[in-house]
Amino acid sequence: MNNIIKILLSAPFSAKVGMIIITFYLIVAIFAPLIAPYGEYYLATPIAYEVWSSDYPLGTDNLGRDMLSRLIYGARNTLGLALTITVLAFLLGGILGMTAAALGGWVDQILSRVNDVFMAIPSLIFALLILSIFGTTIPYLIGTIVILDATRVFRIARATAMNVAVMDYVEVARLRGEKLGWVIRKEILPNIAAPLLAEFGLRFCFVFLFLSALSFLGLGIQPPTADWGSMVRESAALIAFGDITPLIPAAAIALLTVAVNFVVDWMLHRSSGLKDVS
Amino acid sequence: MLVDMKDNSGSESEPLLQMKGLRIEGLSENGWQEIVCGIDLELKRGEIIGLIGESGAGKSTIGLAAMGYARDGCRITEGDIIFDGIELRTASEEEKRKLRGTRISYVAQSAAAAFNPAHRLLDQYVEGPVAHGLLSPDRAKEKGRALYRSLDLPDPENIGERWPHQVSGGQLQRMMVAMAMSCEPDLIIFDEPTTALDVTTQIEVLKTIKEIVVDRNVAAIYVTHDLAVVAQMADHLMVLRHGKLVEVNSTGQILKSPQQEYTRNLLDARSRDEKTPSQIPNPQTLLSIDSVTAGYGKGPDILQDISILVERGQTVAVVGESGSGKSTLARVITGLLPTRSGAVSLEGELLPAELRKRGKQQLQKIQMIYQLPDVALNPRQRVRDIIGRPLSFYLGLQGKQREQRIFELLQQIELPESFIDRIPDELSGGEKQRVCIARALAAEPELIICDEVTSALDSIVAKAILNLLQRLQNELGLTYLFISHDLDTVASIADQVVVLYAGRIAEQGPKSAVFQPPFHPYTRLLLSSVPEMRQGWLEETLSSRETQAGIAREVKITEQGCPFVERCPVSIDDICAHSRPPIHTTTASGHTFACQHSAEALLEDSK
Amino acid sequence: MKHILKIVAQRIALGFLTLFAISLIITFGVELLPGDLAQSILGQAATPDAVRVFRIELGLDRPAHLRYLDWLGGMATGDMGVSLANKRQISELVGIRLSNTLFLGGFAALIAIPLALALGILAALYRNSLFDRSINLVTVTSISFPEFFIAYVLILFFAVNLGWFPGISNVSTELSLGDKLYRTLLPAATLTLVCVAHMMRMTRASIINLLSSPYIEMARLKGIKPMRIIMRHALPNALAPIVNVIALNLAYLVVGVVIVEVVFVYPGLGQLLVDSVSKRDVPVVQACSMIFALVYISLNLFADIISIVTNPRLLYPR
Repeated sequence: MNNIIKILLSAPFSAKVGMIIITFYLIVAIFAPLIAPYGEYYLATPIAYEVWSSDYPLGTDNLGRDMLSRLIYGARNTLGLALTITVLAFLLGGILGMTAAALGGWVDQILSRVNDVFMAIPSLIFALLILSIFGTTIPYLIGTIVILDATRVFRIARATAMNVAVMDYVEVARLRGEKLGWVIRKEILPNIAAPLLAEFGLRFCFVFLFLSALSFLGLGIQPPTADWGSMVRESAALIAFGDITPLIPAAAIALLTVAVNFVVDWMLHRSSGLKDVS
Repeated sequence: MLVDMKDNSGSESEPLLQMKGLRIEGLSENGWQEIVCGIDLELKRGEIIGLIGESGAGKSTIGLAAMGYARDGCRITEGDIIFDGIELRTASEEEKRKLRGTRISYVAQSAAAAFNPAHRLLDQYVEGPVAHGLLSPDRAKEKGRALYRSLDLPDPENIGERWPHQVSGGQLQRMMVAMAMSCEPDLIIFDEPTTALDVTTQIEVLKTIKEIVVDRNVAAIYVTHDLAVVAQMADHLMVLRHGKLVEVNSTGQILKSPQQEYTRNLLDARSRDEKTPSQIPNPQTLLSIDSVTAGYGKGPDILQDISILVERGQTVAVVGESGSGKSTLARVITGLLPTRSGAVSLEGELLPAELRKRGKQQLQKIQMIYQLPDVALNPRQRVRDIIGRPLSFYLGLQGKQREQRIFELLQQIELPESFIDRIPDELSGGEKQRVCIARALAAEPELIICDEVTSALDSIVAKAILNLLQRLQNELGLTYLFISHDLDTVASIADQVVVLYAGRIAEQGPKSAVFQPPFHPYTRLLLSSVPEMRQGWLEETLSSRETQAGIAREVKITEQGCPFVERCPVSIDDICAHSRPPIHTTTASGHTFACQHSAEALLEDSK
Repeated sequence: MKHILKIVAQRIALGFLTLFAISLIITFGVELLPGDLAQSILGQAATPDAVRVFRIELGLDRPAHLRYLDWLGGMATGDMGVSLANKRQISELVGIRLSNTLFLGGFAALIAIPLALALGILAALYRNSLFDRSINLVTVTSISFPEFFIAYVLILFFAVNLGWFPGISNVSTELSLGDKLYRTLLPAATLTLVCVAHMMRMTRASIINLLSSPYIEMARLKGIKPMRIIMRHALPNALAPIVNVIALNLAYLVVGVVIVEVVFVYPGLGQLLVDSVSKRDVPVVQACSMIFALVYISLNLFADIISIVTNPRLLYPR
């Protein structure tokens, strides 16, 4: 525990800022109902696009709902969904990737070839195709992005696990007669945890941006659920009048991904050792 | 005339290179730390100095500093480096650049990495003289080919048109030595130029270096950990340890009467002290390998028709160069590589060829120790988990009992009990290897396979590990299958020796029989290639018939005939290339060898 | 030479195999739907008659493998079927839009590639300098931004506040090249910003990786000039990774264009794709997906082949 605090304190300025921002987002997401002045769907006023005021600090949206409250609830919805998808993608891709690396042979061959095909499909296109066939419902959305993202996780998990699987200590475990699960859990996973954690940050950013993009196109999280991507879409018309309101949810997205990327950059730098220092 | 010449070559007494109070720092996790702590060095024209030391001695760093160069993560903090009157520490980058390659050049440890893969070899040779404006490209190429010719490189007219990956390791290393000569420098830095090579290949590179440096009167700094090798070249030796000077003297004096304890240890570690073979009253076969043939995927047979018997309580050493199949043999015995034909049995019980078909008890009986302790220990596990896992896995030990047993094992490998909570990063190379031994012992095995267990260690540490293994064998009656390319190591630990060449057994038997006449021609080449700790050894060896026939050729796996035929000084035309050599036995029990010549003929030849 | 032709042929075959697999996913994805497409699009309220008629229109009354073969044959000959939404030939819809999309992507690539390579090489050379650190900060930030954020910020400044460029990029075939470039400048700039950051970071990483190799140290110790080390020793070996970076980002440009097209209401293929997805105009979506996949795979294949034919290990086997 002390160790972790020491490492966190040794982080460069940008990573510290990143961590503070992430913590802030998490607090907002968890305590959204306590912080938000109005409810998520509450039609506060019949006037659409009301300007900024003390009642509505960021004005109202196209239906007269309070923008600030929607923004706060949006943190909850978008973050929650992105996290769920990333975790599922890591479970699926990570386990398959490590298994492929640990077993090698034809299991690895088949998994890798299938993965190659999926990776050769541009993900946005694939997602749009699936959504056009199945319609835009949350379970299909989750399923689609999980599969797409799992292919990327598979690749990195397999590659890093491969580097570990050729180590003599893994051979020692296999010669001892250890089961596959033990080899993966005890010998491989602890040694690839650092790069995988960094990758988790990157994948989370990707999923988060991807979800926002889909919502922005009107194909992701559907109204009336508050979501940053759709909020940009709904108020986009205001831009033409020089109103920056639509930029606020977009900036909220940008700020979080920047923060995560700062932290990931630092983690990658750490796990690559002193190589880059001169 | 005489005066003129003197002027041209500078004053005779004036040193070519002078380092005074050199201090260099390196960046580590704890910030900048001194890795070279105040070194003085003087080198006259045409003189060769050897920098000797184990890992961390700072010898390569000093070598590079002679060019005014420090690697990324290193910085020269104090001292003078004066090359032919030029102070390199204050010289501008441009001045240093003009010296590098032209007047001082560098030969790296691995030619395979130091040649640019994207250019042909001769183009890389030519680059130096042309870029420095010394020669026209055509003239430089011509000179390059001439140098290749004088160094006896195969096909000297065309070898330069090849790409680095198309040339064998030994040849590539020689071509790098040639490249260092391209501008006819005054000083060449050799940075462990033969460390990664087999003994027979090493001789071929040493020959080239000698031809370049000694015969052309170029000054050199020769950095190595191998005293016997550098003793063949250097006029003076500097022994270094942890960035400090231990002693400096003429090569003869260092070899004959070392002044410092550490130097004596270095010399001792290389000396061959033969183990007297253990006598076991009722020999009992533990492991039997019977006509095994094996290979990878759809590739050729890496092992062909191998039969070896290992008796309980004995050490059987398997020797051979890289590509001989010795590590493949270990993989076959452990089941990592299933045999194509033949059988492996332990205590008379046939072992399934595939690993996953072997039972827990069968696995327990064979344990491995590896060459690189760094990658044989999981960096994320503590010594407690590393040694404790076989205890709970095979023997079901838990809690207090397990802890107790770990302490006993730590005691056996001569490590303090406090090491139980350490992670591998907190151990030195030798300590790591000891933990690997303890892990093997923890399983209470019948047979321990040691795969090059001392090759990656410094010589003094390696010697201690060998002593430990020997003591454990005496105390616990262990059986070792000892795989090595190093004949000194084999001589000090083996009872029986198996000589592998290109996947076939050339000769096997009791150590005394294998290492004495009559020799198999390959055994003889190997023995004559091991550097000896005396001056003049290289010249003797180079003039021997074995070396002349056997070096500078690659190991080839053949489908028919004797694989050694191209390197054999006594091969018989037509016969050796086409028919398999018959197996002869000699008077020594269990001594057999594969050759067209009879034991008597080879004995006669040895004289 | 034979050897290398064989490897290249294998890669091309693999590319076709992947395309085939994708075409299978595109067409048979429909089969995975519980119930069927006609029912799903029309909703539960539709009369059985309406569903039956629609099903025939979709061709769902015919066996799946026959439908697939027809579709594949159609795609190959340029007949992509008929849109459900407006009954027009899909090939008509696609034609001009595809060229618009390629125009936008190409325009962005033309700015982005030289810029990214130059910045990447400079950052690698002056590693850990102030220049490197600041450009690193800028690129980390810009790859973190959603495209629509960058797009709207650009619109706000350059179209709304300054009024220099149009905020909506409606181009048509009648426009002159200059006009076309003028109108597509903002969307191209958006794409450039996102993709330069990626490309520059990857270029920097591959050059740094290379500069630490022993043969570069050897070149330094041979007294070769720094510029020559970069040009002669680093670049030939960096070619394959850099081509890969470029191809990857070109592929990204073609696909990433979707969102930018929507923001700027640019009449490209991405617009059409998004419209069709919201209308559930499945035949159009299938056609567009196949075209995007084809471009994407060809670019990656191209990069693969470049890296094969520039590798002396493969060109001159032992």
